[in-house]
Amino acid sequence: MAAMTPLIETRGLTKHFGGLKAVDGVDFRLDKGEIRAVIGPNGAGKTTFVSLICGRIQPSEGTILLDGADITSMPAHKRVLAGIAYTFQITSIFPKLTVYDNVALSVQRRLLAKGRVTHGALASGVEEALERVGLAGRAETLAGNLSYGHQRLLEVAMGLALQPRLLILDEPTQGLSDGEIETFIALVREVARDATVMLIEHNMQVVMELAQKITVLSFGKILAEGSPEEIRANVAVQDAYLGGSHG
Amino acid sequence: MTMPRSTRKDIFLHLAVIAVLLAANYVLPEYHRSVFSRVLVLAVFAMGYNLLFGYTGLLSLGHAMFFAAGMYGAGLPIYHLGWNVPVSFASGIVSGALLALVIGLLALRTTGVAFMIVTMMFAQVGYLTSLFFTTWTRGEEGLVLTPAMRTLDLGGTAISLSEPSLRYLIGWALFSIVLLLSLWLVRSPFGRTLVAIRENEERMRMLGYDTFRAKLSAVVLSGTFCAGAGAAYGILFGYVGSGFASIQYSILPLLWVLAGGAATTLGPLIGTFFMFYIIDYTSGLTSAYLLLVGVALILLILFFPKGLLGTIRERWAKWLP
Repeated sequence: MAAMTPLIETRGLTKHFGGLKAVDGVDFRLDKGEIRAVIGPNGAGKTTFVSLICGRIQPSEGTILLDGADITSMPAHKRVLAGIAYTFQITSIFPKLTVYDNVALSVQRRLLAKGRVTHGALASGVEEALERVGLAGRAETLAGNLSYGHQRLLEVAMGLALQPRLLILDEPTQGLSDGEIETFIALVREVARDATVMLIEHNMQVVMELAQKITVLSFGKILAEGSPEEIRANVAVQDAYLGGSHG
Repeated sequence: MTMPRSTRKDIFLHLAVIAVLLAANYVLPEYHRSVFSRVLVLAVFAMGYNLLFGYTGLLSLGHAMFFAAGMYGAGLPIYHLGWNVPVSFASGIVSGALLALVIGLLALRTTGVAFMIVTMMFAQVGYLTSLFFTTWTRGEEGLVLTPAMRTLDLGGTAISLSEPSLRYLIGWALFSIVLLLSLWLVRSPFGRTLVAIRENEERMRMLGYDTFRAKLSAVVLSGTFCAGAGAAYGILFGYVGSGFASIQYSILPLLWVLAGGAATTLGPLIGTFFMFYIIDYTSGLTSAYLLLVGVALILLILFFPKGLLGTIRERWAKWLP
């Protein structure tokens, strides 16, 4: 087998909002099966960068490849079917629907793509996803009545139920308690057995424990990339985070 | 949006309502039977509106154009070309569906308030068009379809659609079909998709749903139901006029749906009955009847903020579809 095609590759990816270059000529590779953390100071362009990959926004320049195929102009909903699932930074669930129905919408989408939606397949798909995030007992609860931490887990369950090849988690542990974060780390490890995971994260403990590789963004550009140890030792990264020189 | 659970109970309820309405044909006094047959057809209009407004969350202020498209699509060929009833009815429905497809493609580029304004503008264009071609439509004065034009040829015997009982039964049949179709639709994966788009469209897009296409389908289905109601109304009651294309007929279905309960399958029927009878009753009391209608609507909003059936569902019967 030749060198492995990366799952995601971007070439010269750029997005400007008026004069502001939120993402500026980013060349990026993400291999299959990896857990990648994207970190950077506030306003570094992290959310814009992953939004370009999942198609929520269109790039100004550059190309995006999924498994070698150009998906730059593919609309977001088709990218989801092609295997890219995105979970929102600001919890975006259906508060007036039950937990079951929230996840059922994901499962239904996956089943529709394959043909028929049967109640049996729907129920087992929903159960499996809820089981994985530990919400199996809450199926009948209205999603809006869940605690914040559980809503975050529901958001992840909706992503998982799509059975994605790439799961993008945008600040998944924001607002979670320490105990919930432990559960979450275990969950991502489990998910990563059959999917590639890309997470934007501020919590360094989570990043260091989970990520095999870290990409640091600053002012829309890749500042550094490497293993957690390399990033920890990187002076440029320390400067970006602590603001200015220190030594 | 409960999934397979209470299915039996609500199918039973809908069949019971249909059965009661059938029985009404044989027990109601003539005046009320005539009111009922109008209400049944107009309830189809309201159900079509509800599909878009209640379930999909798109507030249109231009549904008179779909009702009128059905009415003219059926009435003009009857009047000018001498087409028979079933073919013109079909022509009315097709006119409405095509119009809805075109309007949907254009209007769905907007959302929220802009969508309301754009649909209202298109409806106004429709209304003015019906006045402009007054040579054929006779504008506000309208066309009267004589009983001779409105006969159904059943194996050689001609049956007049102006016969009250038959007219009622046709209205009832149309209502029943659309009611059961709506029930099936809102319980289907497509119906769940529409409700979820109403609740959070961006999330649906990121779950892999083509939300534009789903909304366009909803506009076309809604327009088609409303056109069916318009075509039937023209054929059954023998009059086709510009008044039905005016803004009033865009507001009425909104009012009926709000009174009965948006996003409930039976709400449109209840709302249409309610509004019809409250106007009927108060206009018999005083010439300032709109004052009383206003008071009644204020009371309705106070005690049934989600419409009659919507509030009943919220408080007592969560299983209602």
